[in-house]
Amino acid sequence: MDIEARQVLEMGYGGAERITMNMGPQHPSSHGVFRAILTLEGETVVAVDAVIGYLHRCHEKLSETLTYTQYPSIASKTDYVAAMTSELAYVRAAEMIGKIDVPKRAQYLRVIAAELQRVASHCLWLGTWCLDMGGALGGGATVFLYCIREREDVLDLFESLTGARLLYGFHQVGGTRYDIPDGWAQQCRATVDKIDRRIDEFEEMLESNAFFMARTQGVGVASRELAQEVGISGPLLRGSGVGYDIRRAEPYSSYEDFDFKVPVETAGDCFARYRVRMVEFRESIKIVRQALDGLPAGPISSRPGVKSVGQVRIPKGEAYARVEGARGEVGCYLIADGSAKPYRMKWRGASFSNLALLPHIIPGHKVADVVAIMGSVDPVFGEVDR
Amino acid sequence: MSSAIYFFIVGFIVLNAIIGMVTYVTLLERKFAARMQSRIGPYRVGPHGLLQPIADALKLMMKEDIVPRLADRRVYNLAPIVFLIPCMLIFATLPFAPGLGVADLNIGILFFLAVSAMEIVGLFMGGWGSNNKYALLSVMRAVNQIISYDLPFVFAAMVPVVLTGSLKLSDIAAAQPDVLHWFIFYPVIGQLAFVAYVVATLAAENRVPFDILEAESELIAGFRVEYSGMKFALIQLGEYAHIIGSSFLGALLFLGAWSGPGPEWLGPVWFFLKMVFMFLVVTWIRWSFVRIRVDQILALSWKVLMPATLVLLISTAIVVVWRTSAGF
Repeated sequence: MDIEARQVLEMGYGGAERITMNMGPQHPSSHGVFRAILTLEGETVVAVDAVIGYLHRCHEKLSETLTYTQYPSIASKTDYVAAMTSELAYVRAAEMIGKIDVPKRAQYLRVIAAELQRVASHCLWLGTWCLDMGGALGGGATVFLYCIREREDVLDLFESLTGARLLYGFHQVGGTRYDIPDGWAQQCRATVDKIDRRIDEFEEMLESNAFFMARTQGVGVASRELAQEVGISGPLLRGSGVGYDIRRAEPYSSYEDFDFKVPVETAGDCFARYRVRMVEFRESIKIVRQALDGLPAGPISSRPGVKSVGQVRIPKGEAYARVEGARGEVGCYLIADGSAKPYRMKWRGASFSNLALLPHIIPGHKVADVVAIMGSVDPVFGEVDR
Repeated sequence: MSSAIYFFIVGFIVLNAIIGMVTYVTLLERKFAARMQSRIGPYRVGPHGLLQPIADALKLMMKEDIVPRLADRRVYNLAPIVFLIPCMLIFATLPFAPGLGVADLNIGILFFLAVSAMEIVGLFMGGWGSNNKYALLSVMRAVNQIISYDLPFVFAAMVPVVLTGSLKLSDIAAAQPDVLHWFIFYPVIGQLAFVAYVVATLAAENRVPFDILEAESELIAGFRVEYSGMKFALIQLGEYAHIIGSSFLGALLFLGAWSGPGPEWLGPVWFFLKMVFMFLVVTWIRWSFVRIRVDQILALSWKVLMPATLVLLISTAIVVVWRTSAGF
């Protein structure tokens, strides 16, 4: 089907001179290596063709050559902005096949890591999104640097927890690899308190700014039907009025123990997605506090310490594990054959599915909105291309 | 003959002073922005980064000068110069103190406004000659924006002119001898005109939130995406010279130019400080707003700023007529 011709007709354009503009793969606001081929009539985008695959690293094939102990560290690299999420999905799949219990303490630690990761990831999203709209040489850069400052604090926590700032290798089959060091809980509380206050500041700074509102409200509307049809998940889906959250719908890792809200907005525009994420910030912080309060004593892993990489063997079977990442549903489909390495593995990246929304919501907007919409989708191309 | 030499010498001094100011104003902006963003800013080159602008200028001079293969060479090469000339010419009529300036024309402000609107020619040449789609989109926006904002800009700048009754810049400055007579403190009209002036200069200078023609997150660098080396430096120079010129004009029209406490020879210093204040206001806005979209920019100009400044100008005229006829 000639998508371009169809959309041009639908929008009542035609006849005027069109130009094709290439946005990416090297472009300041493509959030990685993403190419959008835009067809423009003047300033108006009439069609967008998304090209992905520039960051493909054979993750799924690679996993067949690595053991269950080794791969979680590599799984981090699919979504490098929220590395804890994909690790968790992978080890959960393995645990589901092997019917391995995870001690309560490890489950709580996983929740703390996942929620801190969501805060860190949303920080980066808010910063880069404002950077897209406000420019690297303008107000956007100011918000970006503030957000990076908060993200750094979370990364400091991860550093003292795992020794790494970006790719952690925190999870392992049967539990977590590290327990929290002395004084970490206190440091964590102080950090989330600070971020909680800073979020208020961001909100005030952005929402009292008429230009920010003008750029986000009513831009890139994805209706409830469209959202469900395309199969997006995470904050995007909740921004379009569907209150679906895997932590609530299918609780894993003791999420049923915690009291938190699933924010839903019905407008479906960039501003609704922003609101959802801003509430999620606070809910994540709430969960972290609850988990720290109720952190049970006990072992952090149901399996003995790892002596050799081939030690963990998963019996024959297959499973699909999914977790609610910062960007939506991160799924891992694993087939085990009884050895120390998986037989086959498949990722379901949240960004990959969310990106499918772009050709539906961008046409009809101005060029400047393309970056605002793309930023509100919050793609991470490591996860799209894998 | 002697007057020609005088103009040459004074012009030479002013031109070089402006270029020096531009280089250090960029440093000021970077430091100011850095403080806003909880950073330190340039610090390595010289004490507190004071030699950074010189290092930047040297770097730009040594960069390779690239001309795209498919560019319209003549237009492309000429554009930075055509862009720079009006940006420098605006200083020709600015008096920096009583009797200190290149040429204090009796239509000074008209000259300033007319010449500063001419920069669009250089801009358009650059964007068109580069033969680049980003640059083309950028100059399309530029033409829209500058035409839309020149009128509110002129209307806002005309308010002090009406209040003074003269187009001569030194007369306008002389009409504000002390703080109470600065036009920004003129009841209601002064403040409104000042706000309109700042908004319109932001747009005319292409600063955030109106920098849609640079728009590096969509159009990478807009009309100067293909420029490098000295040509890029010339465009940058012109842009900052324009900002400094508009800041000087704003300080002259609304902040009483060289009036201030202290002996008379401090006048130029006061004027300079007021210019820096105006510049920092613009910088402050720049580093705290997001950019608005092209259609929103045009709507803001034609639906809000244009009628508002027009009404303001007419009411200023009515007030002035009423005051004269009432005899105070």
